[in-house]
Amino acid sequence: MPIEAPDLSLAALAPLLFVFGAACIGVLVEAFGPRDSRHPVQVAVALVGTVGGLVATLLLAGTREVTAGGALAVDGAGLFLQATIAGLGALSLLLFAERNLDPARSAFVVSAAVPAGSVRDRELLTVQRVQTEVYPLATFAIGGMMLFVTANDLLIMFVALEVLSLPLYLISGLARRRRLLSQEAAVKYFLLGSFASAFFLYGLALVYGATGSVQLGAVREAVAAGETDTLLVLGLALLIVGLLFKASVAPFHTWTPDVYQGAPTPVTAFMAACTKVAAFGAILRLLYVAFGTEEWTWRPLVYGVAIVSMVVGAVLGLTQTDLKRMLAYSSVAHAGFLLTGVLGFPGSGDPAGTGLPAVMFYLLAYGLTTLGAFAVLTLVRSGDGEATHLSQWAGLSQRSPLTAAVMSLFLLALAGIPLTSGFTGKFAVFRAAIEDGAWPLALVALLASAVAAFFYLRVIVLMYFSEPAADGPTVGVPGLPTTIVLAVTAAATLVLGVVPGAVLGLADRAAIFVG
Amino acid sequence: MSDSLLLVAMVAVPAVGAAVVAALPRERTDTARVVALGVSLVVLLLAVLATVAFDTGGDRFQLTSSVPWIPGFGVDFALGVDGIALVMLLLVGVLVPVVVLASWEDRAPANRSMRTFFAWLLLLEACMVGVFAATDVFLFYVFFEAMLVPMYFIVGSFGGPRRQYAAVKFFLYSLLGGLVMLAAVIGLYVVSASAGEGTFAFESLRQLDIDPDVQRLLFLGFFVAFAIKAPLVPLHTWLPDAGAEAPIGGAVLLVGVLDKVGTFGFLRYCLPLFPDASREFAPLVLVLAVAGVLYAALLAMGQTDMKRLVSYTSIAHFGFIALGVFAFTTEAGTGAVLYMVNHGIATGLLFIVVGMLIARGGSRLVGDYGGVAAHAPKLAGVFLIAGLASLALPGTNSFVSEFLVLIGSFPTRPVFTVLATAGIILAALYVLLLYQRTMHGPPRGVLFPADGAVGGTTGTDGTTRHGATAASATTGGGPGAASGGTATATLTHEAPARPASRLRDLSRRELVVVAPLVALVIGLGVYPQPLIRLIEPAVAATMSDVGADPAGTTPATTPGSTEGTD
Repeated sequence: MPIEAPDLSLAALAPLLFVFGAACIGVLVEAFGPRDSRHPVQVAVALVGTVGGLVATLLLAGTREVTAGGALAVDGAGLFLQATIAGLGALSLLLFAERNLDPARSAFVVSAAVPAGSVRDRELLTVQRVQTEVYPLATFAIGGMMLFVTANDLLIMFVALEVLSLPLYLISGLARRRRLLSQEAAVKYFLLGSFASAFFLYGLALVYGATGSVQLGAVREAVAAGETDTLLVLGLALLIVGLLFKASVAPFHTWTPDVYQGAPTPVTAFMAACTKVAAFGAILRLLYVAFGTEEWTWRPLVYGVAIVSMVVGAVLGLTQTDLKRMLAYSSVAHAGFLLTGVLGFPGSGDPAGTGLPAVMFYLLAYGLTTLGAFAVLTLVRSGDGEATHLSQWAGLSQRSPLTAAVMSLFLLALAGIPLTSGFTGKFAVFRAAIEDGAWPLALVALLASAVAAFFYLRVIVLMYFSEPAADGPTVGVPGLPTTIVLAVTAAATLVLGVVPGAVLGLADRAAIFVG
Repeated sequence: MSDSLLLVAMVAVPAVGAAVVAALPRERTDTARVVALGVSLVVLLLAVLATVAFDTGGDRFQLTSSVPWIPGFGVDFALGVDGIALVMLLLVGVLVPVVVLASWEDRAPANRSMRTFFAWLLLLEACMVGVFAATDVFLFYVFFEAMLVPMYFIVGSFGGPRRQYAAVKFFLYSLLGGLVMLAAVIGLYVVSASAGEGTFAFESLRQLDIDPDVQRLLFLGFFVAFAIKAPLVPLHTWLPDAGAEAPIGGAVLLVGVLDKVGTFGFLRYCLPLFPDASREFAPLVLVLAVAGVLYAALLAMGQTDMKRLVSYTSIAHFGFIALGVFAFTTEAGTGAVLYMVNHGIATGLLFIVVGMLIARGGSRLVGDYGGVAAHAPKLAGVFLIAGLASLALPGTNSFVSEFLVLIGSFPTRPVFTVLATAGIILAALYVLLLYQRTMHGPPRGVLFPADGAVGGTTGTDGTTRHGATAASATTGGGPGAASGGTATATLTHEAPARPASRLRDLSRRELVVVAPLVALVIGLGVYPQPLIRLIEPAVAATMSDVGADPAGTTPATTPGSTEGTD
């Protein structure tokens, strides 16, 4: 039996090729490059790869094709999300590359294999060498995410899930300060992540068993033909569980606070922004493309977990005293808000629904804002690392008015105050939900927003209205990379709130799935 | 297309002014306040120009301008005013310069700068103008929420000892209401989209014929937000805290203007957009309104803190306004709108004069004062005028509006009107008791320390910050350590050094601050006709939207009532 080579549109694959190419070059640099010049070279390679990927997606705008033997769907929504991931990824890499803030010149441990607290570990604390393996690892993760959102085949989706997850497990454990916490986070993330992957794989097998195919298009045809038996619904449920885990939706969120807290803050920023986009991209594609004709199979589930996620995120967020954990619960709550938008599905055959563009816009807006918020966290430091305890932020506006003002902007955006990107995003997803008749859900979402606003406000209260503690933290002067990240994210948060028309229009035009 | 840039300028000028003031160096407080005063006077001028350009017999909305803002949502940046919005803009225009002047010599708490205060104040003015001038529901919502941020910082950064608590409570209450309204705003859009083209334009939404069940839900969404803002009685608990802890300037705008957004919202959005639901829920609203009139008046009498007392009187007055709005007659509605203006002037004046007293004594407690009138007759005189305006004595501005509300409500809602009238008596009680306790009797309290405890000056500075507790104000005042006082002074005026001259009468600046408000109290008390001419057509249009029968009560009574007040 002759095997035919699948059709490959290299142009449509260009964004992925760029990013994966850069990751492979990064590995080679790590192997053969001289140690002294590795850091700048690695940063340059990673940035060229991700920015190249971003430019490639922009050039591809308008493309709609299924390629690589039906395994990849390069369409408007896929490209929009790929561009979002590449852009946010490039910004995260800039945070990785910051060398001015930590006295040891990097947020990453020099040699992860050295046991924490050992003599060798203490020696390494003072050396000027920096970790450079994180750049190819992160680039691989970005590539995996970009593959994830265009995967038109459950197997490719699973491969992409692993490609994006494995590097993340690793770099979560590379914090220079508080190493044990970081390693614990990495192990936890790995264990729970493996579970989620197993769920996904099992679901994949069940869906294959029920429909005889792993391609989303074929699954849809099988579903539409009325072959919706228990096996299929069970398979779908397991697939969704795997994806909800990655999107840190409650009740599959338990890893989020620990991992967000333990991982090095630039990595946390990267996960909070990019993983969320990738996971929701895959959720949207799976539900809309493969199961769009049988909305009833997933609608009650999504409805339920959206409520649980919003309530858990908002209420548990109230009780946090650590900023990174607080932002982790905020991420859980926002995952719930995003799911309300996912429900704004127009029904089969009609691509003009408002849910898809709303969620796409929300992902972009939330990614930028949360990335910025974590970037601010890297600035505020006390003796041995970042000062993330709430009480340490008291009176920050008097130490550094600009830092406090930028952080307030991000917090107000996360709370969804008008004239910030957060409001535009929330408005879009809630409108989609209400148009679809899910107004009770929207009402719960609004109440959850009010509760969540309390813990965002509490930080502003501390920064502005409290007296600074005598031995409070210092606010570091960021180098160029972090400054660029802060400037871009703050400007985007404002622009997407004040004049969001252009980006909303873009999301509207791009909101098309093929496959 | 845009026809008139006047309203756009009224939003843009203070917004730009805020940016300019915020960009000034930290120590340039003098420049900041001059710029703030200049900008606010320009806005006042623009408001007057808008009034001149407004044709009372013309279209419902005038001075309109509109540009697409977010095409994806069908949102326009659309401004325009009817008579109701116009008088509110005039009120904003008058109050902001007064507030700037009243805060002229305030000193910021440690590590803060009055420059920031004036910047927030101007930003607040931009939002206040926007919220009244918006003719697009989405735009209205944006200003409605954005308004919270400057007020939050004004209360939280420059307020009294419990400012953090008060600021957060204020913000969360309003945000909660706002979010419920957001659901209704989106719902309104969805309804309009299902009836044709999705839009937020007020005029198009008004034409919609909404299903009664949907109307009920949407009405409640808007109503909750406005009832919190106004505030109506079960949702009022944030106001006494915010009013008491806010700096005087902030309190004047909070009670004088911000709360009016609630009653303005009833008139502009609840009634015309959801007429069936408005009629259905009117009895419920009236119960809340009348309960507010009586309950808040009783609470006001029991207050020991003067700023809390004034806040409670406002809640009582908002009950009258809500009564006027939901009585569904043009006359009562006109009275309610006029009340909104008059209340802003009268309560603003009362807050300012109370603030002047507090600045002298350093305590907010009624019990810490007595016999002030003998030593500061001008202060006492203005206090009396403000108080009388507040209890709606004939000859003051509030009388006209209160009378219009009551006489207009009686034909349709006699029971509620009679009950509310009892509130007038209670108002006389709380105002006159306050005046009597603080201004008359033997000189006593913090302003007259027993047998001239020399060096008691610093206590006056410190007390507003370190708790308006009676203990620290009355007993701690005397021997207070001289060093602590100035370092931690909040928003208090400089206290004179010698006990004998400790109580000084109103300074020239303070007279300039109160003069325009006193003039308006008396001027509008004897000749309210110009305002009524502006308000009445808009209210009549609103009442015809809600399907009330304006012909039954208005044509005959309106001229009569205004004659009566002349």
